[in-house]
Amino acid sequence: MTTLPLATNKKLGLVIDLDTCVGCHACVIACKEWNTGGYGNALSDQQPYGAEPEGSFLNRIHTFEIVPEGGEVIDQSADSRVVHFPKSCLHCEDAPCVTVCPTGASYKRAEDGIVLVDEDKCMGCGLCAWSCAYGAREMDISAGVMKKCTLCVDRIYNETIPEVDRIPSCVRTCPAGARHFGDLGDPQSDVSILVAERGGFDLMPEQGNKPTNKYLPPRERKPLSDAVNAGFETANADNVGDATGFFGWIDKTLSKGSSNSKVGEK
Amino acid sequence: MHPAYSVIFFTTLTGAGYGLAALLGFGLADPAMLSAKLGYFLALGLITIGLLSSTLHLGNPKNAIWAFSQWRSSWLSREGVLAIVTFVPVTVLAFTNIFMGLHIGWLGWVSAILCMMTVYSTSMIYASIRTINLWNTWLTSASYLLFSVAGGAVILTALLALFEGGSGDMPKIAIIALVVAWVAKWFWNKRQSEGYGGSTMASATGLGHLGKVKLLERPHAMENYLTREMGFRVARKHAAKLWNIAVLMGLLVPAVMLAIAFGLQGSTTAILLSVVAVFAHMIGMLVERWLFFATAKHAVSLYYGDTALDVR
Amino acid sequence: MSAEPILNLDEPVGDEVRQTTCYMCACRCGINVHMRDGKVRYIEGNRDHPINKGILCAKGSAGIMQHYSPARLKAPMLRTGPRGSGEYKEITWEEAMEKAVSWLKPLRESPKKLAFFTGRDQSQSFTSLWAKQFGTPNYAAHGGFCSVNMAAAGIYTIGGAFWEFGSPDWDRTKLFVMFGVAEDHDSNPIKAGLGKIKKNGARFVSVNPIRTGYSAIADDWLGIRPGTDGLLIMALIHELFKNRKIDLDYLIRYSNAPWLVIDAPDTENHGLFARDKDGNELVIDSKTGKTVSRHKKGVTAALTGKIKLKDGATARPTLELMAEEYLKEEHSPDAIAETTGIDAKTIKGLAAEIARVAFEEEIVIEQPWTDMKGEKHDRFIGRPVSFHAMRGISAHSNGFQTCRALHVLQVLIGSVDVPGGFRNKPPYPKPVSAHPRPHTLMHPFLPGQPLAGPHLGYPTGPEDLLQDVDGVACRIDKAFTWEAPMAVHGQMHMVIANAHAGDPYKIDTLFLYMANMAWNSSMNTRGTIEMLEDKDPETGEYKIPHIIYSDAYSSEMVAYADLILPDTTYLERYDCISLLDRPISEPDAVCDSIRWPVVEPEREGHEGVRGFQSVLLDLGVRLKLEEFVDLDGKAIYKDYADYMTNHLRRPGVGPLAGFRGKDGKSEGRGDPNPDQIEAYKKNGSFWKKKIPMEAQFFKHANKAYQDFAVEMGFFDEPSPVVFQLYSEELQKFRLAGMGLREPQPPEHLRQQVTDCFTPLPSWYEPFEEAGVDNSEYPLHALTQRPMAMYHSWGSQNAWLRQIHTKNPLYVPGAVCDEHDLKDGDWAWVSSWHGKIKVEIARMEAVNNKTLWTWNAIGKRGGAWALDAKAPEATKGFLLNHLISELLPPKGDGRRWSNSDPITGQASWFDLRIKIEKAEEGGTVSEPHFEPQKRPGNNEKTPIVLRFGQEWTK
Ligand SMILES: Nc1nc2c(c(=O)[nH]1)N[C@H]1C(S)=C(S)[C@@H](COP(=O)(O)OP(=O)(O)OC[C@H]3O[C@@H](n4cnc5c(=O)[nH]c(N)nc54)[C@H](O)[C@@H]3O)O[C@H]1N2
Ligand SMILES: Nc1nc2c(c(=O)[nH]1)N[C@H]1C(S)=C(S)[C@@H](COP(=O)(O)OP(=O)(O)OC[C@H]3O[C@@H](n4cnc5c(=O)[nH]c(N)nc54)[C@H](O)[C@@H]3O)O[C@H]1N2
Ligand code: SF4
Ligand code: SF4
Ligand code: SF4
Ligand code: SF4
Ligand code: SF4
Ligand SMILES: [Mo]
Repeated sequence: MTTLPLATNKKLGLVIDLDTCVGCHACVIACKEWNTGGYGNALSDQQPYGAEPEGSFLNRIHTFEIVPEGGEVIDQSADSRVVHFPKSCLHCEDAPCVTVCPTGASYKRAEDGIVLVDEDKCMGCGLCAWSCAYGAREMDISAGVMKKCTLCVDRIYNETIPEVDRIPSCVRTCPAGARHFGDLGDPQSDVSILVAERGGFDLMPEQGNKPTNKYLPPRERKPLSDAVNAGFETANADNVGDATGFFGWIDKTLSKGSSNSKVGEK
Repeated sequence: MHPAYSVIFFTTLTGAGYGLAALLGFGLADPAMLSAKLGYFLALGLITIGLLSSTLHLGNPKNAIWAFSQWRSSWLSREGVLAIVTFVPVTVLAFTNIFMGLHIGWLGWVSAILCMMTVYSTSMIYASIRTINLWNTWLTSASYLLFSVAGGAVILTALLALFEGGSGDMPKIAIIALVVAWVAKWFWNKRQSEGYGGSTMASATGLGHLGKVKLLERPHAMENYLTREMGFRVARKHAAKLWNIAVLMGLLVPAVMLAIAFGLQGSTTAILLSVVAVFAHMIGMLVERWLFFATAKHAVSLYYGDTALDVR
Repeated sequence: MSAEPILNLDEPVGDEVRQTTCYMCACRCGINVHMRDGKVRYIEGNRDHPINKGILCAKGSAGIMQHYSPARLKAPMLRTGPRGSGEYKEITWEEAMEKAVSWLKPLRESPKKLAFFTGRDQSQSFTSLWAKQFGTPNYAAHGGFCSVNMAAAGIYTIGGAFWEFGSPDWDRTKLFVMFGVAEDHDSNPIKAGLGKIKKNGARFVSVNPIRTGYSAIADDWLGIRPGTDGLLIMALIHELFKNRKIDLDYLIRYSNAPWLVIDAPDTENHGLFARDKDGNELVIDSKTGKTVSRHKKGVTAALTGKIKLKDGATARPTLELMAEEYLKEEHSPDAIAETTGIDAKTIKGLAAEIARVAFEEEIVIEQPWTDMKGEKHDRFIGRPVSFHAMRGISAHSNGFQTCRALHVLQVLIGSVDVPGGFRNKPPYPKPVSAHPRPHTLMHPFLPGQPLAGPHLGYPTGPEDLLQDVDGVACRIDKAFTWEAPMAVHGQMHMVIANAHAGDPYKIDTLFLYMANMAWNSSMNTRGTIEMLEDKDPETGEYKIPHIIYSDAYSSEMVAYADLILPDTTYLERYDCISLLDRPISEPDAVCDSIRWPVVEPEREGHEGVRGFQSVLLDLGVRLKLEEFVDLDGKAIYKDYADYMTNHLRRPGVGPLAGFRGKDGKSEGRGDPNPDQIEAYKKNGSFWKKKIPMEAQFFKHANKAYQDFAVEMGFFDEPSPVVFQLYSEELQKFRLAGMGLREPQPPEHLRQQVTDCFTPLPSWYEPFEEAGVDNSEYPLHALTQRPMAMYHSWGSQNAWLRQIHTKNPLYVPGAVCDEHDLKDGDWAWVSSWHGKIKVEIARMEAVNNKTLWTWNAIGKRGGAWALDAKAPEATKGFLLNHLISELLPPKGDGRRWSNSDPITGQASWFDLRIKIEKAEEGGTVSEPHFEPQKRPGNNEKTPIVLRFGQEWTK
């Protein structure tokens, strides 16, 4: 079954909004917390209190800085920006991590497209991690088996937890609501609509993996300096400036009871 | 990529072993000769040690048995299956050679082809990985195959020199094999400049349209499995030095030694030089293999901040 | 496919869910703690909880690791080696209590000798009660070094402020402007709010020298130069005045804009409000042109005009003075562009956008309501522009005035407590008059008696200062003296320095709770450590003779305590998050909550830990403090849980407002209910009461809300708020500074008081900037809160510490180029006060004069049960070594505190520095301290952690 299913009934995955993610790492820890006592071996930590702490995580947040041409010169509201970038398994349609796996431990579920590792078969060769361009697989040092995002398969179908909570741990916890979960194979699903509306994109399309997860780009920004006219077009040109003109305006406005003031109605 | 010693030993030893077995399979040594017998012995030894060494880097070897199951899609699985299958003709040939002084021609061919197929599978484990552009080329397979043959040839030359009082035309074959292999390797090495192939930080993040993308902060401050395994970096200066050593030891020293030995066929010096050639070549190959991993860059490095194509 | 393995997808999460309140930070979200085999399996957000509605931050989820941290304390301890050595012996609780009593009891005769200060404690209504009962004037929590400028400016101006006091109307706002916030206390609600804003397509503007975190997703980022926001905000006000974009109706109704300000230079009444003989402020009746009391019904007050008062002085409405002031050219965007680093067009654009959204995108909620004058309104009208700000503007020496300017701006556009604007959270708004004044005096002036009133409060003029006849400060931190007249949260950052200097007097016992004063919460960390270690050469005794400290973990500070009282973790104790304290209400609901021991506090083989509040109660009983013992000297409250249930602050009003009364049906007011805590537990550990719709907005002047507030017990009578654009309180201090009112400041402070206490918000150069040579120290350095760390206490957390194991100093590209610095280089950074060596990283999205790092990542080796070679100790660093609690000496021999001159807020962000590339080699940050021993604990920490492995199949 290391070969990929010809088609999956659903394409469950995540949509991550880079315009909303504030880089808080909540999803990282919620993921660790859920999965360390859940599916498969625990997510171990080496030297947790030592000089070189390191552990397995299925979801990590990178922080990128993007400098447009000329954006280095910071004064004012310059265009350099920072984008927080969460990354976990993208549950690719053409998942090379699956076909490369010699033991059949890695597989893609025909039912929903989730890519999983069967830890009872995994021999810890690491090849699948090599084949993943996104760094979505990590060998657990203590268990010697490959770990990866399970899309919280043990939550989303889990009948022992309330129905509203049958979503991935990272999605449920995300404080900013930057993570969305759903069926990207169904064009009518909320996530598909979101992707269509916001121009969701694939990571490294040139690698040919056809990731299921999509990323929503930061929205375009309009400079504040363009707002001057829209906001102040009603300003009264002749008495703009000094206080005397201002007092005149107040008196006029208040005696008229104009738009800004409903004083004197009663 | 992290150069794991177990994998370096695995590929170099099995490469030479299969090369030697293939040459023997092609009947390049008279089955009656001691060198043929010892050659089989050596080939089987190299292959076995190599394969065993490859299991050392498994996180969970107890599940290794499953590795034979996925031959339909996985090159590692194919390699595993082929390695086992190849043992059959090589062992039979070794048996007939050693105990019966007999070389079964057709089986030799089958064996040689299987040997090369196994080496090819090994090479494809690497060559098929799209994320590592340096490997993702037919040149990887070409150089693995050619190095395998060259290695086998150098060893066989030495064996012939040691036990048969001369190597005949083998040194010539070995020298040619070495040169051809290194030419392929040279072309392979030139591909360093292609970096990540088509992938860039822009495509990795999808944010390239906003400007130049640079990593500001790692997800976790210290190393992790990915940065150690895929993010291994060797300094450019260091790599250049090692490349020179690899060429010196892997090509020049053995080629020159074998050439001299060819001129001095039968002398003790020739024997000595042929043996030195083997060891030099093996050292060169180990260095080459180390570089094969150490200079290869994985696309995931893009998420860890590698912008330039040649930051090393 | 048949070959796919069969998975058990219905594995229950745990055996049981226990709902309590998170305390991985002060946000206080509701959590579901899933227990399995007696261990914590999983912590998730409580979906019903008003604060977090199901979401949870990284720290919250990492609570498991905090609870099982190897740095947890295990038993009371008594110091055996010198301070700082970490040499302790474990003692029993009985011994610990006796020891504490032996130090404290004698001090009841001179209670000043006890200084009791607490950190980010959530039981301040209880701890302050205890201190009041003890009789010491020396009590405060950490607010003075945290963000008192914001709180004080808010209360004095609009009767509320951000965070606990109120928040943007996230659902309705269309333009949101954030000043100087990296994370804040309201961390989950802010993130959720930003998510809503994004979803609704509202515009988000962030003013911050650094573009990370929240600012990263801002539609517009203004990379301002630190300390200059006041100028920017006043320029916005300038533009709004200039373009006539202010809400006159709102100003007349709800602010003191029409109040008449006396113009009588050189008299003690100059700049005060004109009042009638009953003390009512006067306004001009626009119909008659005569002065009338502002309370007179049916009168429309004028906003302009000059009038002669009975005593011959003239008076003019506040708004006239404001217009005159802010229309000056010096406040124009062009005039301040260079100083702030924001170009004039952007400032004008921001002002225009504020005006457009406020006045052209007005929101209407069709809901009739009645105001305090009895006038009926058909609807709520909202101006959907909202603001939020925190320490970025408050942690400067000009922070109070800047924060005031921001509140004034909100009032001018009519967006305070309106739909789409800023909304107060009950029990706020609360006028200054409804707050107490500060007290230090015993009642009735006898030792051994409680204080006459609360320690902290809101002074309304120099007469409320706390100095004795000789002008000597009554409090050890000198709060409410001329150095910090409106220090409404005290000045915790001055306690150790003052106690060490014996200025204003010496103390005997420093009793600290939950504040890492020997490390990240101190300015001048090394100096502070030395002060804690310093001995009086004559007596050989420590200058601060006794230190009692309650912590839950092996922090840097525990090594300096003489007596350690180990607290439980937050999952092991009762706590109450009370309306009397730092409430968790929402704009549309009153809320409070509890914590309870979802895990029993046990430390096998050790004496164990106890909830600090219960320990404090016990101490109170042993010291026979009035409130805590009956006439026979027996304990009134068994423990803190009992206190939470049965204590009454006022008749019917106790720590918890929910489930009161014998039957548990009363809300707000009611008799104690013995089953109250059970009722909370059943309800997810919180109580929430929705505010009726007609009472949800204009709370400052909404009759229905005021009645609701009285019913709930916030006040005993309606207490509406009139927004104070012009602050008479400040003017009173200023008049004293000018020598026109009594009592007067000492000579050396006159100028400062006169300059800084302007009744209208103003800006002055931050003190450190004014005091150092700016060509020598041309750069600013700041810290920011990392979202996934809470001060120092996150580093013991195996999961969180992997995210921030060390902290680089981020340096703007231009500065890197100038100093030939690249990523990974090491550099020396110095201020007038200190020098540190750090690793740098290049960054472009930052103000080009500003360097920054994450706060409190640097650790002392050995603390927090971390390896002495942990990167936190070898590569991490604190900026605190560069920040002094004092200003550069002015040559007058005085100790000038590095604080806001009005509130005493510590000026963390005034720091000026220079940077130089460090010599090659040497990759350990400096200063590097000797590793400390883990007090009383030599147990090895695990080298591998596989949490939950036993539950995996
Ligand atoms: N450079 C710089 N320094 C700063 C700031 C800055 O912006 N820049 N910010 C300042 C501000 S605003 C603040 S509020 C301070 C915060 O500084 P601190 O208040 O010192 O914060 P923490 O490091 O969290 O220390 C609190 C102590 O409480 C202990 N603790 C944790 N949980 C419990 C518990 O349940 N019970 C008890 N008894 N103890 C517990 C911890 O172990 C720790 O020792 O830092 C200040 N320092
Ligand atoms: N995760 C987490 N949450 C926390 C804490 C924590 O340690 N960790 N600590 C809690 C505590 S005690 C507090 S007090 C709050 C503080 O919460 P914040 O107010 O968010 O405090 P800081 O992180 O100090 O952030 C100050 C911000 O102001 C910016 N800034 C500095 N100077 C200026 C200036 O002059 N102008 C402007 N416009 N911006 C400026 C800085 O760049 C930074 O982004 O957070 C609380 N919440
Ligand atoms: S929890 Fe949400 S906002 Fe936080 S880092 Fe993850 S995706 Fe971003
Ligand atoms: S993201 Fe990586 S691990 Fe996940 S399916 Fe794609 S290739 Fe495989
Ligand atoms: S590590 Fe495990 S899952 Fe990955 S390829 Fe090897 S056997 Fe398959
Ligand atoms: S879906 Fe589940 S396993 Fe995947 S990243 Fe989110 S929490 Fe982790
Ligand atoms: S914001 Fe995070 S740490 Fe703070 S109380 Fe909420 S969940 Fe806990
Ligand atoms: Mo704070």
